[in-house]
Amino acid sequence: MSFSFPILPGGHLLAIEGLEPPHIGALLDLAESYALLNRSGKTQRDLLRGRTLINLFFEDSTRTRTSFELAGKRLGADVINMSVSTSSVNKGETLLDTAATLNAMHCDLLVVRHAQSGAPALLSQKVSASVINAGDGTHEHPTQALLDALTIRRRKGRLEGLVVAICGDVLHSRVARSNIHLLTAMNARVRVVGPPTLIPAEAARLGVEVFHDMRAGLAGADVVMMLRLQKERMTGGLVPSSREFFRFFGLDREKLAVARPDAIVMHPGPMNRGVEIESSIADDPERSVIGEQVEMGVACRMAVLDVLARDLRRNA
Amino acid sequence: MRDLVIAGARLLDPASGLDSTGDLLLRDGRIEDLGSGQGRPEGAELVEAAGLCLIPGLVDLRADLGEPGHEHRETIASAAAAAAAGGITTLCALPDTDPPLDDPALVQFVLRRGEATGSLTLLPYGAATKRCEGRELAEYGLLKEAGAVAFTDGRRAIAGARTMRLALSYARAFGSFVVQHPEEPSLAAGGAATEGELATRLGLPGIPAAAEAIMVARDIALARITGGHVHFAHVSTGAALALIRAAKAEAVPGGFRVTCDTAPAYFDLNETAIGDWRTYAKLSPPLRPEADRLAVVAALADGTIDAIASDHQPRDADDKRLPFAQAEAGGAGLATLLGVTLARVHGGDLGLLAALELLTARPARLLGLPVGRLTKGAPADLVLLDLERGWQVKDGQLPGKAQNTPFDGRALEGRVLGTWKAGRRVFG
Repeated sequence: MSFSFPILPGGHLLAIEGLEPPHIGALLDLAESYALLNRSGKTQRDLLRGRTLINLFFEDSTRTRTSFELAGKRLGADVINMSVSTSSVNKGETLLDTAATLNAMHCDLLVVRHAQSGAPALLSQKVSASVINAGDGTHEHPTQALLDALTIRRRKGRLEGLVVAICGDVLHSRVARSNIHLLTAMNARVRVVGPPTLIPAEAARLGVEVFHDMRAGLAGADVVMMLRLQKERMTGGLVPSSREFFRFFGLDREKLAVARPDAIVMHPGPMNRGVEIESSIADDPERSVIGEQVEMGVACRMAVLDVLARDLRRNA
Repeated sequence: MRDLVIAGARLLDPASGLDSTGDLLLRDGRIEDLGSGQGRPEGAELVEAAGLCLIPGLVDLRADLGEPGHEHRETIASAAAAAAAGGITTLCALPDTDPPLDDPALVQFVLRRGEATGSLTLLPYGAATKRCEGRELAEYGLLKEAGAVAFTDGRRAIAGARTMRLALSYARAFGSFVVQHPEEPSLAAGGAATEGELATRLGLPGIPAAAEAIMVARDIALARITGGHVHFAHVSTGAALALIRAAKAEAVPGGFRVTCDTAPAYFDLNETAIGDWRTYAKLSPPLRPEADRLAVVAALADGTIDAIASDHQPRDADDKRLPFAQAEAGGAGLATLLGVTLARVHGGDLGLLAALELLTARPARLLGLPVGRLTKGAPADLVLLDLERGWQVKDGQLPGKAQNTPFDGRALEGRVLGTWKAGRRVFG
């Protein structure tokens, strides 16, 4: 596949916000082709041969890290995982120390997860590598939005005009923010559903409809996207208890019944079964596309690495 | 000291409304005479100032100087150099240092360090509460005797309503006032930006703008029941300013008193300045939406705001080169106080004399000091200013130690060419 325009103009993927629909469409097309390649069992190990990809994770994540590792390896990159335990990190000075170290190692592609919003952007100013945001604080998780969009597009054939309900702890969710930016850019109709204490200020200004009632928010939805509720939100007083949360904002059969009969159910993982989602729905092959999300995650990350590697070659 | 004549300048005295071309004669640290047509004494030194403005030295109500305790950020000496370059000749220093200024000896220490600069009248605030912890009142009487100008916990709000009530009440015994950082701490805890669309997009924990108005409303009520004088620092929201405006209209002589200041960032910048995770624009209180900036400009114009303070908060690179929520709040402000204020004059929002009054005579009056005036007999604290000369604010090129300016890259018109403290030239 060749492109007539730079897909990620800055040479980094830091956020979905700011990407234009043609960029997003091109990334999804490329990811789709990788999904097919992956299913065929073939690899394309020459693309990133000789390139070094470092997974720099300041927060624990098995799923995302593994997905990037697999994507890098399938394209032939040398992949190194660096986990920096949060307890030993003395805030951000270490972040810039790390940047200096990575520059000395001539890393080409840097995948960063960090508990602070904007940390990958800060790193991108200090490292020579292309930076991919693998989740920063409550800001964005761009590759998650890409894999969600690809999953939806494969199931529904399109994004435009679909009703997507994003449910639960939207306030603290970088997944929600990236999905909102991507789906609204592609003209889907996005709803956010949750208690007012878990909906960010001025959410409607992001182009979404806000609901505080699950049945109203799920009515006629094509896609139901559940978010993880962090346990510490309960201790923070934003939600009185997990049983109350599940009763009113957890996804069960009764609430799902008001969505379209062919509505799909998504979750970025890891799930809190019985808190935001009933187990039988999560495991229902008719409804849940959670497994496919993971599969598309590898394909989307391959597409992102591919596009950024083209920039590396261009600048070489 | 030789007599000095500053000749042919545009003499501007906001307190009297003087705006005319003439000479000013300095003798023995005081303004001996000013106006047009008087002779120039023999042997006097002469400074030709045709086309330039001569204004009173600036009186800055609020600056954190880093000393004692954070000398890597700024020292009293380096702050004094920056102040002189910015035209500031009187400056009130915050007490939430390390250790905090809750002891007469510490107040005297800061006073002595200020005197040693020779370029600045440095007036420390005393801590409003012991260790600035918001629990027990500090020794206002002893601190005032030692030289404390008023009482505040600096960057920390006096959180407890009872504590604030006692502070406002007790300060009356010493004819003093209490300066509040108006921000309800339980709403502000952990916040990094004003709550709203931008903070939501950036994924930053928000502080609702109402945290300011809530504290202002409470403290006005407490001032009312105590008959005390509360001064709100760096007011930044329209809602808080509306409350202050109403309280001022209600206040009668001899009763409770409400005054306030703001800082240049709050009428020159809005929250979009933090857009690219610019930690230099991370301030406390955080920058606000444009509607609030406009409300601050309006409150400067209608007199609700009593003074413009630099709100100088020195931070070093290690404090700022961090992910946004972890970076320290605060901006350097001494060198840009005058220039950014003049931008509102050049922009047509404020008259020149009104703007200068907010920097000189009005804060001086609030403090009960005989400075901030261009009048016979007043201390010769003077600033020679080229109103039209342009310059650009640049991180790394500011006078003093702290370079964390939220105005990095801002083009300004109005340059200080000379500063005199008690008749002695301290800058230019």
